[in-house]
Amino acid sequence: MLAVLTDRHADVRSALDTVIDPELDEPVTDLGFVRSVDVEVDAVTVHLRLPTSFCSPNFAYLMASDAKDALAALPWADRVVVELDDHHDSDLINRGLAADAGYVGTFGHEAESDLDELRLTFRRKAHTAAMERCLTRLLRAEPDRTVASLSTVTLAELVHDDATAALRRRREAIGLATTPRARVMVDASGAGYAPDDVPMALRRARSTRISIDGNAHFCRGLLATRYPGSEADQAYRPEGTESADVTFIPLAELKEHP
Amino acid sequence: MYTKDGESYFIVDAHIALWDARPENQKNVHGKQFIDCFYDYHANLSPDAEKWTYEEYLYQGGERLVKDLFEDGYVDHAIFQPAHLGEFYETGFGQTEEAWALTQAHPGKLTYNHHFDPRNGEAGLEQLYLDAQRFDLKGVKLYTAEWHGESRGYKLTDPWAYRYFEACRELGITNIHIHKGPTIRPLDRDAFDVADVDHVATDFTDLNFVVEHVGLPRLEDFCWIATQEPNVHGGLAVAMPFIHTRPRYFAQIIGELLYWIGEDRIQFSSDYALWTPRWLVEAFVDFQIPEDMTEYAPITTEQKKKILGLNAARMYDIDVPAELRLPEADETETGPRQPEAADMAAV
Repeated sequence: MLAVLTDRHADVRSALDTVIDPELDEPVTDLGFVRSVDVEVDAVTVHLRLPTSFCSPNFAYLMASDAKDALAALPWADRVVVELDDHHDSDLINRGLAADAGYVGTFGHEAESDLDELRLTFRRKAHTAAMERCLTRLLRAEPDRTVASLSTVTLAELVHDDATAALRRRREAIGLATTPRARVMVDASGAGYAPDDVPMALRRARSTRISIDGNAHFCRGLLATRYPGSEADQAYRPEGTESADVTFIPLAELKEHP
Repeated sequence: MYTKDGESYFIVDAHIALWDARPENQKNVHGKQFIDCFYDYHANLSPDAEKWTYEEYLYQGGERLVKDLFEDGYVDHAIFQPAHLGEFYETGFGQTEEAWALTQAHPGKLTYNHHFDPRNGEAGLEQLYLDAQRFDLKGVKLYTAEWHGESRGYKLTDPWAYRYFEACRELGITNIHIHKGPTIRPLDRDAFDVADVDHVATDFTDLNFVVEHVGLPRLEDFCWIATQEPNVHGGLAVAMPFIHTRPRYFAQIIGELLYWIGEDRIQFSSDYALWTPRWLVEAFVDFQIPEDMTEYAPITTEQKKKILGLNAARMYDIDVPAELRLPEADETETGPRQPEAADMAAV
């Protein structure tokens, strides 16, 4: 029985790993937003926590309802309770989640149709940031390359690393091709840029990436201030401000510290 | 004034408050949640030596404010930017009467900006005319996520907001400070979106729009709008203390701002009493863009002087001693300011 419950705890963790904070483009598990998990045979209760009581209620609702959906999909989970703690809209959101009232049913007159557009806005930002990370890496690796030449770089020309894998996932999420000959430097609709327009577009993409990285770290810090000890639940995320030298860790060092 | 290494800086703290968040003034749990959120900001981003106790944080009073700003904080002039939060606090969060009395008691040191809420309709418009006369208003602070009955926010493009901006134009209230907050209707969209600033800035080119917190958490959207609208400015409230906790991130913020909107449109503030100005002024004068961040040009002493005070002084016609003044930079009104400094390969 104990082994079954341990497995089910692992199931819950895996399910929650798929729940992404759209604004920070990271799983709620890595952010430390999961406060507690209780499993009792066929029932699971999860409490979520956020960095402030005034975090956007729409994002808060999205994460909480995504969590409930992900847990309800577990074959053994007949009873699923997800509650958001200490938020200014906790009562409203928790009532809505308990009744499976949906977004409009939860927020009433404050909601218009759905949160699909909001989600899409942030998936696009996540793609922009991922694209900038890959292309900046490429520029660093090939010092003679001009910025304008990025216009024609294809997915096949990127090295197979974590950044490229992340870019592929972000492209899939907004319906962009992930075929080898697909251009990397594209807008959210998949349209490319003329060489002359690349520097400004990349510069703008960089400000998007800085904004997301900056918020991710501020939110982590606030969570740790609000819930002392919660920093232990947070996965490492690069600052995005590291100097060029630091990001190129020599291969030998990687082997010593896997 | 702050002097270091033979350079003197005229300091304008462009965003301060005199608040009362003590339990007896809290209307409901949201009053507590709001000040708790501020206190976490304070605790998270302050150096240990600058941290206040929670009790100190709830209310400071005028005497302490004057000491923190003008005696200890090098500030030459400070501007009240009050948030009303009438649904959370009995007498509001920002203390109008106390702040106004303090402004009158210290002539030339303080400017009192008030607030309005377009959801108050005609009655609020009447009040704005009275307030403009009483406080000799040059500016207002707008908090778009203010709760108001059933409503939890408004957009600057709402028709009533336009009526109020037309009144501002008529009354000579030229400086509109905007704080984007997170709870706005409809919830379907990004509440921090600054797109409505873009619209009003285009429609009211004779008004200045100062976006507080430089649009954080949407720095990129702010930069993109501000680079295209010559009357959009950035206020550094909340961004400043990153200079201590995350200096490289702070460097990115300043680097992006100097690139997209230039040195004449960025305003320093401590966001008192979220933080105090002394350590922020000292840290900013000592600050430099790290050498390896070659995508940004180094920040100059002249740029620091403008950001720390001269830009806000110009907007508010604050008298600056002749020896501390600087000319405006000969920069483009729109578009990136330092394209030549963009070393794309560096991060």
